[in-house]
Amino acid sequence: MTRFIDIGHLDDIPTEGARVVKTPLGCVAVFRTAQDEVFAIDDRCPHKGGPLSNGIQHGRSVTCPLHNWVISLESGMVEGMDEGQVATWPVEVRGGRILMDVARLDQAMAAE
Amino acid sequence: MTQHIVVIGAGMASGRMLEHLFDAGADVHVTLFGAEPRGNYNRIMLSPVLSGEKTFEEIVTHDSDWYAAHGVTTRFGEHITAVDPVAKTVATGQGPLSYDKLVIATGSDPFIIPVPGKDLPGVMAYRDLDDVERMKSYAAKPGAKAVVIGGGLLGLEAAAGLKAQGMDVTVIHLAGHLMERQLDPAAGYLLKRELELRGIKVLLEANTAELRGTDHVEAVLLKDGRVIEADMVCMAVGIRPATALGTACGIACERGIIVDDQMRTVDPDILAIGECVQHQGQIFGLVAPLYDQAKVAAKTLMGEEAAFTPPMVSTKLKVTGVDLFSAGDFADGDDREEIVFRDAARGVYKRLILAQDRIIGIVMYGDTADGPWFLQKLKDGEDISEGRDTLIFGQNYAGGAPLDPMAAVAALPDEAEICGCNGVSKAIILAAIAGGAGSLAEVTAKTKASTSCGSCAGLTAQVVALGLGDDFVIPAEAGMCGCTDHSHEDVRRLIVADGMKSIPEVMQKLHWTSSGGCAKCRPALNYYLLCAWPEEYADHAQSRFINERVHANIQKDGTYSVVPRMWGGITTPDELRAIANAADKYNVPTVKVTGGQRIDLLGVKKEDLPSMWADLNAAGMVSGHAYAKGLRTVKTCVGTDHCRFGTQDSTGLGIKIEKALWGAWSPHKFKLAVSGCPRNCAEATCKDFGVVCVAEGYQLHVGGAAGMEVKATQLMCTVATEEEAIEYCAAFYQLYREGARYLDRPWKWIDRVGLDHIIEKVVEDADSRTALAARFFHSQKYFQTDPWAERAGGKDAHEFTPLADLTQVAAE
Repeated sequence: MTRFIDIGHLDDIPTEGARVVKTPLGCVAVFRTAQDEVFAIDDRCPHKGGPLSNGIQHGRSVTCPLHNWVISLESGMVEGMDEGQVATWPVEVRGGRILMDVARLDQAMAAE
Repeated sequence: MTQHIVVIGAGMASGRMLEHLFDAGADVHVTLFGAEPRGNYNRIMLSPVLSGEKTFEEIVTHDSDWYAAHGVTTRFGEHITAVDPVAKTVATGQGPLSYDKLVIATGSDPFIIPVPGKDLPGVMAYRDLDDVERMKSYAAKPGAKAVVIGGGLLGLEAAAGLKAQGMDVTVIHLAGHLMERQLDPAAGYLLKRELELRGIKVLLEANTAELRGTDHVEAVLLKDGRVIEADMVCMAVGIRPATALGTACGIACERGIIVDDQMRTVDPDILAIGECVQHQGQIFGLVAPLYDQAKVAAKTLMGEEAAFTPPMVSTKLKVTGVDLFSAGDFADGDDREEIVFRDAARGVYKRLILAQDRIIGIVMYGDTADGPWFLQKLKDGEDISEGRDTLIFGQNYAGGAPLDPMAAVAALPDEAEICGCNGVSKAIILAAIAGGAGSLAEVTAKTKASTSCGSCAGLTAQVVALGLGDDFVIPAEAGMCGCTDHSHEDVRRLIVADGMKSIPEVMQKLHWTSSGGCAKCRPALNYYLLCAWPEEYADHAQSRFINERVHANIQKDGTYSVVPRMWGGITTPDELRAIANAADKYNVPTVKVTGGQRIDLLGVKKEDLPSMWADLNAAGMVSGHAYAKGLRTVKTCVGTDHCRFGTQDSTGLGIKIEKALWGAWSPHKFKLAVSGCPRNCAEATCKDFGVVCVAEGYQLHVGGAAGMEVKATQLMCTVATEEEAIEYCAAFYQLYREGARYLDRPWKWIDRVGLDHIIEKVVEDADSRTALAARFFHSQKYFQTDPWAERAGGKDAHEFTPLADLTQVAAE
């Protein structure tokens, strides 16, 4: 079951930047690209847990601020020769509002 | 029918073989296993990664996109331990996998000397990226001691890399001179002297008896009783072909897996290439023959004729600033003659070993420019009796050829080897150009010339220039990053010349190949633009590294550190109370004094930053810019105020300089110091700009550093007054701001442009100095605003607050 929640307006995020959404499963980094696409991924680099929301956003990727790992915002996969993956969160932009699917949170809550 | 080829080992040989297969359009599906948890990379470039000159990303040869594009199934991190040659399957963790052809490319294992203590933590080989990472982790401890066992090619590259990382390095070598397989004693001596000048200790005829330590290695004991302390030990004494898998599947192995000229083992469906093989009794450790094997194996797999013949190989040591070249046989012998050129003062040594008027060995040190020319004569077996009297002086003196390097390249025969690693001759490069390659990049992509160790990059460019004629200008420098071929210097020039005012405009006009750049070029472009147009450029926060975006230093756990400015290192009881109160209020776990005479509050939560800054602002303190590629600190001693030796008011001058320079951005951080007398208590002679006060005025020193590199400053000039000291300092800083590449410290920039250039622009030419200082102070009008006060007042609030908090919502 998907359940989309309004988490803010597109303009709340700087272009080529990110904001954080706090959840019971940890922080989620929500990115806005130069083309106004929005992606959400866990705010933890698979390398050493660096906050990806603090990285430099470019193309459809982000470079982690701690050790420059590059993560694809679309797939959550680590790019280049490093290996790893970050969980992605489905997001949609409707009428300028950003909606995030929190089904994963619901499942986690239900499992408790 | 599509052949299924299973390749075991993702090293340089197998990577090259796959390229040949796919380039030829072979109808194959490949499954690639690798013991390392990553794909093919250029192993011979690990040394620059260790020394910090390159990143791992720069030496990757095949990325996941490449594998995907060629349909290669990659299974990295899986060890294959068994093969059934009858059923034609390999045993994997997921069950047997059948193959049509199997290629074993397991490479080699480092040889570990069987001495007591060899298994202690802190003892490692030098073989893969994990070893490099491990070595670097030891280098993080200040003054850590490294012992490298083995003074061969690999050991010396490791030693130089560890030294570059700031470690105290000792090389232990069994033989009587370094690199005895490649060098004769005279060249070995010059090399030892060079390494010792760089601070690397070298012990010859030193035989390791034992590695000592309780739960970690602590020292190396030699057979003669000497003990050398060690925080880590790197063993680089040689390699052994990794034949375990070959033995396990029952194919013939001696020192290596035995292969024929077609790279087939005794089982025709199993091939082997690389360092694991033995061909006609010979095993291989250098990359050139491996690449030849890769080519032959690819042809054999495609059912084409090919035969491997071991090439004559030459050796170069990849240690920046050490030039040596050797090839062939250079042992003494009755039937041999030699020609020797020696200039001990310049550290140049050249020796040719001759037999029957032919060159059979070459050893060169200090000046190796003629190495390929000699090597060609060696390979050709050319009779050198004719020009023998000037032979040792090299190509420029042979037959009165002119000294123009292009003429020298033009005179090279077609077979002359340009790139030893990849076996690329002049003819191959010219053929690539004839076949349509129209740029240096296309030629290197097609021929692989200069893509491995890179030491032939200049020569490759010259041959390309020769082939392309007048249309081609040899590029002065490589591109800024993977997004462009333009060098830093070109981009800076074009930004000003073309009046470009934004990052998207630069990327558009200069044909950036990526959409939106990368984390390397974006911060550089942002700086170049704000330096060129201080009054107009709208700073692009999202192109800055996080530290400069939020005006604090990110720590490993995502918290930040806060350093308030203390002008010239002077503080007051009130400021200290305010700092103490802030530390209490925001639960700061660590309060530390920095090397630049400031106080660092570490472990602050990001969301607390603006209110903490408001508190510090209220006590009169502003940002210390400890996070900036910009002005950091001016360190001072107490000078004439208190010191009985002080010659000038060093503290007062330091404060004035800091007040003049704070807030400025620059290519890299900029640190200063003012010492009140030549005793130099403020350590001004290892700063980017240092003032040493003397009775008659102020000595201005430039280009020092005490980081990864330790550099003493060079004296720029001496001035009489404080006003001049400040003006010269501003002019120097502006010249650096306008001229240096992003992330180059001043010493690196000065190495590039020369101190004479600095002296001319800042000291000798008064008009130039005045103009530089004026541009600097104009720019300062736009940058001397306290970023903390702005953010305490609400600017960039999005950086410090979450977009949404779902910790409650989710509980619905």
